[in-house]
Amino acid sequence: MNLPILGVINLIHEVDEMGALTHSRCLATVPFGGRYRLIDFILSSMVKSGIPKVAVFAHTRYRSLMDHIGSGTSWDLHRKGSGLFILPPSMEDQTDFGRGDLFHFYRNRDYFTRSSPFEYVIVARSHVVCNIDFSAVLAEHRQSGADITVVCHRGQDRAIGLARKVKIDDGGRVLEMQDHYGRLNSDIVSMEMYLMSRDLLLDLVESSLARGQDHLVRHAIMSNLGRLNVRAHLHEGWSGIINNLAGYYRYSLDLLRPEVWRELFYRHGPIYTKVKDEPPTRYHSCADVRHSLVANGCDIEGVVHNSILFRGVKVHKGAVVRNSIVMQNGIIGEGGSLVNCILDKEVEIRPQQHLQGAEGMPFLAVKRKVI
Amino acid sequence: MRRNECIAMLLAGGEGRRLGVLTKDLAKPAVHFGGKYRIIDFTLSNCIHSGIETVGVLTQYQPLELNQYLGIGAAWGLDRRDGGMHVLPPFVRSKGGSWYKGTANAIYQNIGFIERYDPEYVLIISGDHIYKMDYSLMLEVHKRNRADATIAVITVPWSEASRFGILGVGEGDRITDFVEKPKKPPSNLASMGVYIFSWPVLREALQRDEANKNSSNDFGKDIIPMLLQGQARLFAYRFDGYWKDVGTIESLWEANMDLLADEPPLNLNDRSWRIYSVNPNQPAQYVAPGATVISSLVSEGCLVSGVVRRSVLFHGVRVGENSLIEDAVIMPGATIGSGARVVRAIVGEGAIVGSGCIVGSADSADIAVVGRGEVLTSEDNGMREAELA
Repeated sequence: MNLPILGVINLIHEVDEMGALTHSRCLATVPFGGRYRLIDFILSSMVKSGIPKVAVFAHTRYRSLMDHIGSGTSWDLHRKGSGLFILPPSMEDQTDFGRGDLFHFYRNRDYFTRSSPFEYVIVARSHVVCNIDFSAVLAEHRQSGADITVVCHRGQDRAIGLARKVKIDDGGRVLEMQDHYGRLNSDIVSMEMYLMSRDLLLDLVESSLARGQDHLVRHAIMSNLGRLNVRAHLHEGWSGIINNLAGYYRYSLDLLRPEVWRELFYRHGPIYTKVKDEPPTRYHSCADVRHSLVANGCDIEGVVHNSILFRGVKVHKGAVVRNSIVMQNGIIGEGGSLVNCILDKEVEIRPQQHLQGAEGMPFLAVKRKVI
Repeated sequence: MRRNECIAMLLAGGEGRRLGVLTKDLAKPAVHFGGKYRIIDFTLSNCIHSGIETVGVLTQYQPLELNQYLGIGAAWGLDRRDGGMHVLPPFVRSKGGSWYKGTANAIYQNIGFIERYDPEYVLIISGDHIYKMDYSLMLEVHKRNRADATIAVITVPWSEASRFGILGVGEGDRITDFVEKPKKPPSNLASMGVYIFSWPVLREALQRDEANKNSSNDFGKDIIPMLLQGQARLFAYRFDGYWKDVGTIESLWEANMDLLADEPPLNLNDRSWRIYSVNPNQPAQYVAPGATVISSLVSEGCLVSGVVRRSVLFHGVRVGENSLIEDAVIMPGATIGSGARVVRAIVGEGAIVGSGCIVGSADSADIAVVGRGEVLTSEDNGMREAELA
């Protein structure tokens, strides 16, 4: 059944320390988990929860986003009247890019005001990977009488993934929130999903802008914690905050734990992504694959241990891939080796070439590089 | 190719009786093949790659799952404003209606559908065969020969020729005779069940055939011999690629095994001729630390903890620890319990082979089959083995 919630995936000023992985794409379309892009997780969660109308606030480098999402068919968002809305910044005003996200909400207020049957809005980011059912969040929001419910996660490893810290009281009310560089001592972090009524959002947009504030979370929410009843909803399942390379690597390899694989991909139903029509993966007679995640369309003649292969990767005879992530259409030549590496799409490792990164801090080869 | 110069009629009503428990509640064209496909994916993909964008799919036997799978043809790029894919089951008219009596009758009953597109040529294919073929090349030959009908043929070993519809050809590959399953084959050119007809010729033949009460309304048995008798211009089109009728358990198993060669005769990795299918939306496959996977095809969503050799694993298959899968085809969503052995076998969709169960054997001449949704436990495994023997 549909929920009375409008979805917003806000890509404006997402914290991005992904280095070369986001040189030619936005954070939302960073490949993840062998066949997905980061945005697939939040988009699929919204759709499966019954959110029928989702806006994506595109910002910069969104060509790959348009290519990936298209008309929203893969997520069943190609609908009459609702579905998917990609809302890029206004091109007439170049200063738009530097401004905070509240300007963008303001410019696109038609999206909210025209959607009369929707009482609530959920504003989320693309870089938090999880499989979440928003109907549970809405039920809690209604029951607690909160003005804003923020989805949080407990037990975040602070060394990786940059996330806002949240301090709550025993009743779950948010007392304090700080940006990721803050010193707040709390093991609870925000998953950057904020549920509130549509009217409150529109009110916050206008009142904050009128005071010269232009960021939704930092200004409209964080500086109003005393006035607004902001409550935390603790997400129990696995989640990964992916906005730096250490986090990307660590959370990717986390998928090699079967319990994480099951929880993320099956617990609340499948994660949807753009279809590529790759054939099944071919394991040759000399293949040696263990503890690895392998997408369709791969062709494996060599050794693959503790690694992730995206669609269409070719591992030639005698090649060795360890603790590495090889994105779409990568080629590891005969006798070549990869240890602790991330290869962006279409990287080729020539025969007998060896590439090794440090443990925990992988070496990154940029898109289409030949080594 | 000009719009609607040629449209395709795909016969997908096959019952597939010889596939036994694998076609319980399932039409033969919807049977799984090759790790992620269904048999009909090959002909539908051939159509779209050949530039044929109007396809009528004639369904009859057990159509529910097939219809759901086909949808509006989006998976094959056949969801078009003009033309596209249409599912054509038998329908009731004011003066009654009837089940499709034979392949020719199925087309006869849909003359109205074909006329809506006013084609010059009609391609008749069946959803029972595995092959990759560019029909536009065959159409070129048909036009060059100014043929009334062109039949695609493949060379088969002489020893097997009596299992097929065999054509005798004269100069320029003009067809001189056609015999179904001959005891003494006049040639080793077998019909692939792929026909191109000039539409006016076919329409007239269908009407004459329908009027003949003694006809079995079949293309091979009635239409082609009738045209030959009437001195029509029939030509053979020689095809030299991989083609396989997967009508029996053995041939279905064999065709799957054919894919496992290092250089398989049917290349699924050809990016210029991708075989499209409905995406099952499953995550990347997971190969556990203790697993071994060699000489196999494995699809998305599989979780493999055992040993897999020379086998095809469809999407969402679970293979438990210390199990062995060898020379086997495991269909979507099947579960193989820990310590189980599945050798020379086909395990149907959603079946469960319980822990410690043994299915099939390397010495057996026959391929063991576990039906769709069947559940085997180690208690009834002894009986099951006896049954197989």
